[in-house]
Amino acid sequence: MTARDLLSLAGLIPLLPLVGAAVLLLWGRRLGSPRAGWLATGIVFASFLWSVVMFAALLSLPPAARSHVSLVWTWLPADQLRVHIGFLADPLSITWCLLVTGVGSLIHLYAIGYMRHDPNFGRFFAYFNLFAASMLLLVLADNYLLTFLGWEGVGLCSYLLISFWFERRTAALGGKKAFIYNRIGDFGFMLAMFLLVVKFGNLDYTATNHAAAHASSGTVTAIALLLFLACVGKSAQVPLFPWLTDAMEGPTPVSALIHAATMVTAGIFLICRAHPFFDASPDTMTVVAWVGAVTALGAGTIAVLQPDIKRVLAYSTISQLGFMFLALGTGAYTAAIFLVIAHAFYKGCLFLGAGSVIHGNAENQDMRTMGALRKFLPITAAAMVAAWLAIAGVPPFAGFWAKDDVLSGDFFSHHYATWAIGVAAAVMTGVYMTRLIFLTFFGNERFRDAPTPAVSGGSDDDPPDVEAELGYDPDYLPTVVYGEPPRPPRLEGHDPHESPWTMALPIALLGALSVVGGLLNLPLRGVTWLESWLDPVFHSVHQPAPSTFVKGGEVTGIAFAAGLIGIVAAYALYRHGLRNPADDPMRDRLGPAADVVGHGYYYDDGISAAVDGPVRAGADFLDEDVDQGVIDGTVNGTARLIRRVATEFGRAQDGFVRRYAVGIALGAAAILLYLIAFAGH
Amino acid sequence: MIGSFHITPSYYLVLGAALFSIGAVGLLVRRNVIVMFMSIELMLNAVNLTFVAFAKALNDAAGQVLVFFTLVVAAAEVAVGLGIIVAIFRRRRAATADDLRVLEG
Repeated sequence: MTARDLLSLAGLIPLLPLVGAAVLLLWGRRLGSPRAGWLATGIVFASFLWSVVMFAALLSLPPAARSHVSLVWTWLPADQLRVHIGFLADPLSITWCLLVTGVGSLIHLYAIGYMRHDPNFGRFFAYFNLFAASMLLLVLADNYLLTFLGWEGVGLCSYLLISFWFERRTAALGGKKAFIYNRIGDFGFMLAMFLLVVKFGNLDYTATNHAAAHASSGTVTAIALLLFLACVGKSAQVPLFPWLTDAMEGPTPVSALIHAATMVTAGIFLICRAHPFFDASPDTMTVVAWVGAVTALGAGTIAVLQPDIKRVLAYSTISQLGFMFLALGTGAYTAAIFLVIAHAFYKGCLFLGAGSVIHGNAENQDMRTMGALRKFLPITAAAMVAAWLAIAGVPPFAGFWAKDDVLSGDFFSHHYATWAIGVAAAVMTGVYMTRLIFLTFFGNERFRDAPTPAVSGGSDDDPPDVEAELGYDPDYLPTVVYGEPPRPPRLEGHDPHESPWTMALPIALLGALSVVGGLLNLPLRGVTWLESWLDPVFHSVHQPAPSTFVKGGEVTGIAFAAGLIGIVAAYALYRHGLRNPADDPMRDRLGPAADVVGHGYYYDDGISAAVDGPVRAGADFLDEDVDQGVIDGTVNGTARLIRRVATEFGRAQDGFVRRYAVGIALGAAAILLYLIAFAGH
Repeated sequence: MIGSFHITPSYYLVLGAALFSIGAVGLLVRRNVIVMFMSIELMLNAVNLTFVAFAKALNDAAGQVLVFFTLVVAAAEVAVGLGIIVAIFRRRRAATADDLRVLEG
């Protein structure tokens, strides 16, 4: 069997979890806990092994030939346009496959422990497998439409999993929010596809990427911007980012899967896959870089004051994704992918660790009432400390190398403004991550205290308003206090505990990977493995060179110093923990800005106000005045006019035959008179 | 004898007009359906007479051809019309046209 024969079977990678999802949907309940979980984990792991085989098969080919398209069948034959079910195995897609299945199977394993008491265990793993299958389909597709199928599948699964505990109103709302924000981006994707069909008559990546170089700049820019809109929605960038924090309502393994392995990196992938369109459009690249930079700094500052451990991590993910887009915007595709991989390791570790903390702490998510947990969760604490140093950019951990590639690439391609914003965001990363680690694992013990006093409103105990939930009341809006974590009953009588091995093992493994992940692409001659591996994909691109030890050491130094400043600042504030859980020293330091930042710049409130105000008014205007008034009015008015005219004429038909005869006679006489009077002239 | 008496088309036309008027008035003033029917026949034949008169005067056979068409159509009309009248009389004794006013708008 040659390497190409093997590569023709790349479709097995998404097929395996898809079959797993089908089996679990049908028999998941009967399999029950934990067998359904082991089946799902095993099947994703099998998919990972097959990805490794694909990787080896690609490696055995010469670099320039490392791309293989296998067409399974013609999906949509429509005149000139033919869309295939086909899989494109190249370094880019296989990188993502390894990441999704590798980190994904660790998260699956973790979920066996985390979800073991859940009554819907089988259903959970069916969705989990479907999630993985959709993401794998997305990255392996050889055309936009098949990618879009996976793209929508990912969106559907995120909706199903975020609102998995749909009995909780906030979970149901979080799922809806994610779905709606994603839909906005999806319109961009669809419009881009329509443009591609109109302009090129083709949706295959190979053909359109080739054609992009010869198309007019207007076409290319339009397609690139529309694709970027899709990426903004899926990867939670400004202005479509708020859904990702509400996605925290899902079970923690879901958050880890969304943030680390699947879903949010789809935007990065799409830009890499369609990079000739972005290369050919400098304006779009500028937009991408600026959106990334603003997102990185904005989300980083919001994370600084969040009391909920998962929300800090959610804003952190948004911020890190901003870094990735910043790299893409400067053409540093390899650096962006490097950061995706490093981020998958440390953010996967952090999320799973946060889940372990919550799990061992009677479902408490509020960092203000934690502290000193390292004594009770030693494995989690050690792994999360490693991930913390990685994300904060401390050498030699993975995040240091990846973030340095991004920032120094930005600097050396003369994007100084976005570089400065990126450095500021790196400071924020140091601050919020150090705050998280010290509030959780160090300082004083606060988990035995009474719960923090409730802020007014936002109580989960209110009886649900059924009419409002069903949408009968147009004025209904849920009252959720921004960023307030749920308040579960406190630990009573017993200590927090470490998680079972199925949960601890993935945390430890990902922690270890966050330490050594940087080896993938060290800035040394001959060790830039990731760069040379991805070179066939980005062969035509002139990527900005990151700094090396020889050149640009001072730029690396600035990025490192930025992270260090953040760490030291937060350490000074939080090394003793909190004296009073309700009193966060950061709040005092920020002064009047604290309220604005703590509420996420009131972005959600702004969206709510806009949707409830001008948007609702506009919709009402279109509904009542335009639709009911103009359109219905025209249709109904025409009908009413015809009815009235018909009634009037109908009165003439009274059934008296002789009156009709008189009418005919008079008519004939009139015609006769007319002829006599005018015929001669 | 009145040797100078000469029959011109005008006589036929006047006779046709008189017959047509008699028919029209009969149709309008009588209520008996049969009589109204006969009046319609009278009007038809007045028109036929006019056609023939013009055909003769203008030396054009088209008028006579039209008369044949009219006769055929009239025959068909008589068959249908009498059929309707018979049906009406079967349902109700002695019906005038004014009583048959179910078909009003």
